Amino acid sequence: MSTQAAAPAPSTNKIGLTKGDYKGAPSTLCIGCGHDSITNHIITSFFELGINPHQVAKMSGIGCSSKTPAYFMNQAHGFNSVHGRMPSVSTGAKLANRNLNMIAVSGDGDTASIGLGQFCHLIRRNLDMVYIVENNGVYGLTKGQFSATADKDSKLKYGAINKFEQIDICSLAIDMGCTYVARSFSGDPKQLIPLIKGAVSHKGTAIIDCISPCVTFNNHEGSSRSYLTVKEKDDPLHEIGYVHGAEEIKVDYEPGSLKEVKFPDGAIVTLKKLKRDFDPTNRMQALEALEESKTQGHLLTGLFYVNPQTHDLGEVLEICDTPLAYLGEKELRPSAEALSKIMQGFE
Amino acid sequence: MSIIVNDCSICIATVNGSGSQSANNILLKSFFRMGIPSGAKNLFPSNIQGLPTWYTIRVNKDGYVARKPELDIMVAMNAATWVEDHASVKKGGVIIHGTELAVASGMKRDDVIYYAIPFKQLAEQNFTEIKLRKLLTNMIYVGVLTELLQIDLEVVKKAVSDNFANKAKVVEANLKALQVGIDYVKGNVKKQDPYKVEKMDANKNKIVIDGNSAAALGCVYGGCSVVAWYPITPSSSLCETTIDYFEELRVDKTTGKKNFATVQAEDELAAIGMVLGAGWAGARAMTATSGPGISLMAEFAGYGYFTEIPAVVFDIQRTGPSTGLPTRTMQGDIDFVNTLSHGDTRHPMLIPANPVECFEFAQSSFDLSERLQTPVFVMSDLDLGMNQWASEKFNMPSKPFDRGKVLNTEALKKLGKFERYRDVDGDAIPYRTLPGTDHPLAAYFTRGSGHNEGAKYTEKAEDYKNLMDRLSRKFETAKKYVPKSVLKEVSGADVGILAYGSTDLAITESQDLLLKDGIKTNYLRVRAVPFGDEVKEFYKKNKRVYVVEQNRDGQMFEIVNHDIGGELALKSRSVRHYDGLPIFAKTIVEQILKFERSH
Repeated sequence: MSTQAAAPAPSTNKIGLTKGDYKGAPSTLCIGCGHDSITNHIITSFFELGINPHQVAKMSGIGCSSKTPAYFMNQAHGFNSVHGRMPSVSTGAKLANRNLNMIAVSGDGDTASIGLGQFCHLIRRNLDMVYIVENNGVYGLTKGQFSATADKDSKLKYGAINKFEQIDICSLAIDMGCTYVARSFSGDPKQLIPLIKGAVSHKGTAIIDCISPCVTFNNHEGSSRSYLTVKEKDDPLHEIGYVHGAEEIKVDYEPGSLKEVKFPDGAIVTLKKLKRDFDPTNRMQALEALEESKTQGHLLTGLFYVNPQTHDLGEVLEICDTPLAYLGEKELRPSAEALSKIMQGFE
Repeated sequence: MSIIVNDCSICIATVNGSGSQSANNILLKSFFRMGIPSGAKNLFPSNIQGLPTWYTIRVNKDGYVARKPELDIMVAMNAATWVEDHASVKKGGVIIHGTELAVASGMKRDDVIYYAIPFKQLAEQNFTEIKLRKLLTNMIYVGVLTELLQIDLEVVKKAVSDNFANKAKVVEANLKALQVGIDYVKGNVKKQDPYKVEKMDANKNKIVIDGNSAAALGCVYGGCSVVAWYPITPSSSLCETTIDYFEELRVDKTTGKKNFATVQAEDELAAIGMVLGAGWAGARAMTATSGPGISLMAEFAGYGYFTEIPAVVFDIQRTGPSTGLPTRTMQGDIDFVNTLSHGDTRHPMLIPANPVECFEFAQSSFDLSERLQTPVFVMSDLDLGMNQWASEKFNMPSKPFDRGKVLNTEALKKLGKFERYRDVDGDAIPYRTLPGTDHPLAAYFTRGSGHNEGAKYTEKAEDYKNLMDRLSRKFETAKKYVPKSVLKEVSGADVGILAYGSTDLAITESQDLLLKDGIKTNYLRVRAVPFGDEVKEFYKKNKRVYVVEQNRDGQMFEIVNHDIGGELALKSRSVRHYDGLPIFAKTIVEQILKFERSH
């Protein structure tokens, strides 16, 4: 009999799964890639939320970021689709099965260049999903070309200067009517994890623009997306927390300095004031803050806009509660009488 | 003058947006309900108002209802095309025209019969409302034809009231206009032409319907529950009609909730993306489009083939390339869709030739795509999709849905293993699971990049080749499931005609005309790609095979030659028609005769 003490059992979440149950295949991205940190934060978020991986659908397009769904939640179905077209595939899958808990990972090329149209239309339709843009301002998989989110006048590794205006994913999302818009940084789990959890609780399209430095092609001096620059420019709006309805809010705060956003599933996102007053339910204020930070050369992060009382596409289309995928002949094939009546109309 | 009963082709030349559609439908319905074989082709422009439109109706006691370019009766209502319309009538034919359309001295023909009708004045005298006058002028020409051809008045009246159902005032005004036309002819026109119609009994248990409506009904009865589409002529009405039937037939009466979801997408890229997403997640999903949309769907078509996702795409073909002639017909995408996308791809295509097949193939396309786990294309065209066709009534489907090889939680528990892309049964069709299936083995990762039998990423040469070979075998398996060709053998014939889709309408007439020249023909109507063995058999039995189709380059001719290959392919001859208008018998006969006489 062994005298060694048994290793302590790994801690489990509310559905009895360990964090290991939320892991995926080993990453094949470059060592130090911001995307891998985000993968880990997704794993932590879903583990802590106690979501059953089999209920999750992992969606992506093409690019380094779009590879990452293979690196988390092995027990969830994944769909690595076509470049820039993940939103349409997600829309179809979610229409077929409303119960799927959908998380998508895309990149700045996949979202803001080739996929800009589908990105905008996804938001218009308010599909219930979490959409993380792993934004590094550069094409990694094709070796270092600028993307449409690269800052004007920023410099490529080999010296080229970006002469064109950047597309701001967050202000665009707000303009398109997005009901949950946030920005964070891959190296800030304290901010990103509650934002991911809030996005999961949100019933509608939740966009998280996550700055994620590319260690290989965009981490040099002169890059506006290097680890150093992002850390230096990061300007968080508030300190973010996430609690389940049943939990007690334990954040210390000055009276009047804590805002709470309540979601229909009972979850609450808490926003503790830092430097300024900010109301995340005010679209105008959100756009102003984004514009102002851009002018000042800051990288504003936080939850910019949220409307937790919203109707997602499935509700708008009044789709039945049973997923369409599970309906059979009884529900789907009308009667012979109905057909014969229709035939009479064509006589 | 000998009377010609139940055999004439009529053309109504109007301006689009003038409201002639109702009048023309009433006219067609009247012939049809008199039991006479009838067909109609609407030759319309890509425009909403003001450009020329020709509506042709052919009534024929022998059942030949394909388009006939030689016109017996022209109803000339459009000043802009008056000169060419006037010239297009055949010798001995009839020209009915408004008195304001003067027959200039150099233009006058002495080989046609003119009936000048003061349409404008009749409308002004009888109807005070200016807006109505123009619309009701159309019913006046229906009245003129009713009297001239002796169309059964009670039948016409019934067609009027059915057409404007529940709108008593509209019915009343139209009936009045009809009578104005009849009375004018009775009082002022001396009939000099030989054309006349009489009741027959050819349309028992038949309906008049367009192929798109038929396909829409097929989708609804075939269990389609997700539709994603982008408007494009001539496919829009297929989706719009599907949505109408969904609203009528698929809303839960107690909850008001819908057993379907439809999205008008931002473009065809998104439409096919949604269909693939929905198919992947287990719903029966479809989109409908035409050539330009098919072009945009190419990348996803390859993705669906390679990742093995069920999807149904209706291609209502129109005249290409590019924008082409958007409102004219063509069998123009057969070759393109056959291998749509980059790399090695082959897609099953179902090719309906009439409304019954539009209804039935729409249903079976969902069975096929789920059975074969691949996108299936239903290749209709503008002629079949948008024109009114006399058709047998549709039968209630008797076969249950075939949902294909899907493993649920219980099946996974029992099996204890699952590999998404393994050929377990030897038919090259693997098993799949749907997202949301509650079992640790259920999940797999779908990717358009290289994948092995376990759905894991791979760039290994052997894995890639294995996958491509299995997909090729799966296409062979598809032969078992697609609709077989229809063979019409004629005793003593050793020349074959191979045709498909809407071309069918002109083939029987062509065969009968060829017979007058002493040429007996067998006829094989191909209804799907991949072909069954019957195509090869047909080639073996005939010394020559004429592949008749509506495109310039002989697209099916190339596919057949490629797929049957070898010596047999040398028997192929290509017969082509490609002016944007529906094919007609004479052009087929002329081309075949030219070949035959050179032998």
